[in-house]
Amino acid sequence: MEKLIELQNIKKYFTVPSGLLHAVDDVNLSIGKGETLGIVGESGCGKSTLGRVMLRLHEPTSGRILYDGMDITTFHKDEMIQMRKYMQIIFQDPYASLNPRYTVAQIIREPLRLHKVCSSAAEEKERVEALMEMVGLSKRAYNAYPHEFDGGRRQRIVIARALAIKPQFIVCDEPVSALDVSVQAQIINLMMELQEKLGLTYLFISHDLSVVKYISDNIGVMYLGQMIEKASKRAIFQRPLHPYTIALLSAIPSLDVDHKREKIILKGEITSPINPPAGCRFAKRCVFAREECFSQDPELCEAEPGHFVACHRYQEIMSGTLQYTK
Amino acid sequence: MESKKTVLEIKNLHVHFITDNETAKAVNGVDLILHEGESLGLVGETGAGKTTTALSIMQLVPDPPGVIVDGEIYFHEKNIIYNTDKENENMRGNGISMIFQDPMTALNPIMTVGNQLAEVIMQHRKVSKKEAKETAIQLMEMVGVKADRYDDYPHQFSGGMKQRVVIAMALLCRPEILIADEPTTALDVTIQAQVLEIIRDLINRFHMSMILISHDLGVVAETCDQVAIMYAGEIVEAGEIREVYKHALHPYTVGLFASIPRLDEDSEKLIPIEGQIPNSAALPEGCKFHPRCKYCKEICRHEPPPVQREGEHIYRCHFKLF
Repeated sequence: MEKLIELQNIKKYFTVPSGLLHAVDDVNLSIGKGETLGIVGESGCGKSTLGRVMLRLHEPTSGRILYDGMDITTFHKDEMIQMRKYMQIIFQDPYASLNPRYTVAQIIREPLRLHKVCSSAAEEKERVEALMEMVGLSKRAYNAYPHEFDGGRRQRIVIARALAIKPQFIVCDEPVSALDVSVQAQIINLMMELQEKLGLTYLFISHDLSVVKYISDNIGVMYLGQMIEKASKRAIFQRPLHPYTIALLSAIPSLDVDHKREKIILKGEITSPINPPAGCRFAKRCVFAREECFSQDPELCEAEPGHFVACHRYQEIMSGTLQYTK
Repeated sequence: MESKKTVLEIKNLHVHFITDNETAKAVNGVDLILHEGESLGLVGETGAGKTTTALSIMQLVPDPPGVIVDGEIYFHEKNIIYNTDKENENMRGNGISMIFQDPMTALNPIMTVGNQLAEVIMQHRKVSKKEAKETAIQLMEMVGVKADRYDDYPHQFSGGMKQRVVIAMALLCRPEILIADEPTTALDVTIQAQVLEIIRDLINRFHMSMILISHDLGVVAETCDQVAIMYAGEIVEAGEIREVYKHALHPYTVGLFASIPRLDEDSEKLIPIEGQIPNSAALPEGCKFHPRCKYCKEICRHEPPPVQREGEHIYRCHFKLF
């Protein structure tokens, strides 16, 4: 599969009063054209920062971002503005990401004007209407304001705006987390239809593993700024290898009333991402942790073809000699 | 069937929020029975009336604009709608306690958590400060907060730890009923698992009854015995959890299950419920779900459906579709 975007050793540190916050720490990944990479992790694991760094909405502290083979980390501001034609972002909260004083049409045509896409007003109107139809908004919405819509339809406006300049790559940062399930399914289906129709590539960030499972081809699991496991969707769900991934999957409430799964309840304190100590960042909560886990940072190794995991003891987990017990 | 003791019964509850411009009909005829030692999940989407129902039980509906326009709420055979303020104060905490969704805003930021807990005990019981502190520490330890954090302020706690403090606070006076309004929605899944385990454990230990409000059918499946599905201020389906999850009879419940991505199986395609959740100030006539229902017939547009029963399993639909 041809790579569309690639991150090489991306780090993003923030200076905070008590030290250096390692939001994203040495992440490598690549996404093929037309693919969806799902990023899961709990609050504070750096998944949103990662998404923003990819578009250089945050400047990476170090590392390279390659888009279609070009190193965009070296691009100047003007060049970056041109690049944004190809890369867009959808945010979580459709109540905050739309200007309440703009009508739907004004919102959607904003990127068209910024990038001087249309040559006439008639063309612009036609384009806006086509976009509205594409995301399932009725023509009547043209002159309406965002407050007249519920969350699901607002998110449709956000999607239409992101698609206005025909991007290839979209960072979707928790796009359905603020929506109710019946509406959430509408938006997920819409995003998947658009992907197929327009050949889009997604980075899909979410804390909800069931949504990520549904929409992604590959999945990366983050924990405190690091990518700790990365594999195809099938491998992650059928054969998770990192103790954190295993615990995370078991913690998800299941709808199955007949087969109650045993939950792995994690104990211990969460390590602070500010000046993190050496060693595995999950070690303090990990029942399998031994001495080396507290002194040496595990590297992301390829445990089986295409399945990467950062754990000192993955081989024992893989062979089944190391298992969670109640 | 053995006769289970009823601790709480709601009959035909209607709650409206009346403003100059409009009347939002938040709760429209809710009937509910909670038995001793039972946990009931109240499920529904935003604006379904779950929280308003809970606030009615607590006698905390903000008035104005909220008005309980009709209905009765019996707590131990006493209709609490006619309670005096004094009686309400006594009931809250001792009889019924509530945990709110957001642990970040439920605690006073300028008071140590220990003092907040002790204050609750002294408010409800005639005890010395020393005894109050002892009880507070006892409960803190029960929910897994170390005693040495008694003098810490809320901002020094993580989200999960704050929610534990809030749970401890709700249980200080050993209430008979605990109402938990989305207690884990603001938490990460691994933390959610910890907090749910604590809640389940305490419910059993104190032999309490619980109403758990959630939009998450998974959380309810793992915590409750009974479930009631709310839509537009009505309970559209209710019953024993296994019954409802395996043989849902209302098109809304069926649609809800079809629209959730499953973790335990490979879902082919999500089937969303088309349309939007109705505005509570302009509810449709007839069956409130009819504009979104793919089985809608003429009668559904005009006549509110009756409550149908199959044993303990009830649903509000003109037809038996499934």
